Amino acid sequence: MSTTSIAVRETPLVVQLLRRADDALILGHRLSEWTGRAPTLEAELALANIALDLIGEARALYGHAGTFTGHTEDQLAYLRDADAWRNCLLVELPNGDFAVTMARLLLFSAFADTFWRAAVASVETTLAAVAARAEKETAYHVRHAGEWLIRLGDGTAESHRRAQAALDALWPYTGELFVTDAADAALIETRVIPDPAALKVGWNATLGGIFARATLARPEDGWMQSGGRAGRHTEHLGRLLAEMQHLQRTHPGATW
Amino acid sequence: MVATATLRDRALAVLETVTDPEIPVLTIADLGILRDVAVHGEGVEVTITPTYSGCPAMNIISLEIETALARAGIEARVRTSLSPAWTTDWLTDAGRRKLAAFGIAPPERTGSRRALFGESRPACPLCGSADTEQISEFGSTACKSLHRCRACREPFDAFKCH
Repeated sequence: MSTTSIAVRETPLVVQLLRRADDALILGHRLSEWTGRAPTLEAELALANIALDLIGEARALYGHAGTFTGHTEDQLAYLRDADAWRNCLLVELPNGDFAVTMARLLLFSAFADTFWRAAVASVETTLAAVAARAEKETAYHVRHAGEWLIRLGDGTAESHRRAQAALDALWPYTGELFVTDAADAALIETRVIPDPAALKVGWNATLGGIFARATLARPEDGWMQSGGRAGRHTEHLGRLLAEMQHLQRTHPGATW
Repeated sequence: MVATATLRDRALAVLETVTDPEIPVLTIADLGILRDVAVHGEGVEVTITPTYSGCPAMNIISLEIETALARAGIEARVRTSLSPAWTTDWLTDAGRRKLAAFGIAPPERTGSRRALFGESRPACPLCGSADTEQISEFGSTACKSLHRCRACREPFDAFKCH
């Protein structure tokens, strides 16, 4: 292994696996940043556990992607530059306050929940197997984040204000979850992946129920951010990668 | 033929001693993650299926399988198989009894999604009371949630239904 960045030959299936893996790893890394500084012990355990679930999902997906690209899961995680990452922008944004962290977790998990439930039926057996585990774990994530949003939204004036501000700020990043391109189309057609556009009904229903109980307003669907799936990221991803990849870049192939 | 069967039987006997590092009363067979032991030339290939996506014990378990077999003079490699995906229904009856005796409420036996969110609460593994409450749905490891018994007032872990 060398510190030189790898180039990944991206077939449509590899792109798809990387999108799911990158979403999971980047969000898992963000959640792990709360370790040691969460507001309560239970919140800390929950965030660390959810981070572990996501990083575990990513490992299985990188392992599978690597059988096509000839890389190890570590190479895919630690030796790609920012423009080779295929995660959506939503997951790379900084944690913000606790309301932003929980709102982002809810918005993402509500999507992942519908995606994995549908992907259990994928004709790609490894993706289906990852989905079978992930859909159960993601159900816990949705419930946990949802309960927090309800508590924050229906809590004090200050917690309500912060929860609403978090939703408003994050909303323009949710459009990217449902965007499809030519690479997706063929895989949707052959039933390798579910059609993300078809998942929006379920996503809206999950969120609608939670927002109502949280007394939070669903933000208007306006102009939506995008670019992450094509490798055009915010400045935040570069900083995250600098920290996450530091060890392997500095000490190539280090193990312990 | 006889030698092949013997090698596999010897390997299986050794694997009976490999336990989960987080829940040391459970062997990998109790957990239901030991899928296959196949003779390969001079050694064996052990196939395991990971439990929870983020379970850090899986790496250690692979290492312990190789170490235990090497100690018995059996060359082994460990293969991980994701499909079909493990569920808590794969825990054996013996495993469930051992969990309860160890003070961890075993998971409800159903792979259905409803069980994940059921209002049902695990019975206290210490006094047997059904009057329990959940403290946190995330516990000390990925596979456990945290509960308290209202009868004997003791806190306890429950193995999450998965």
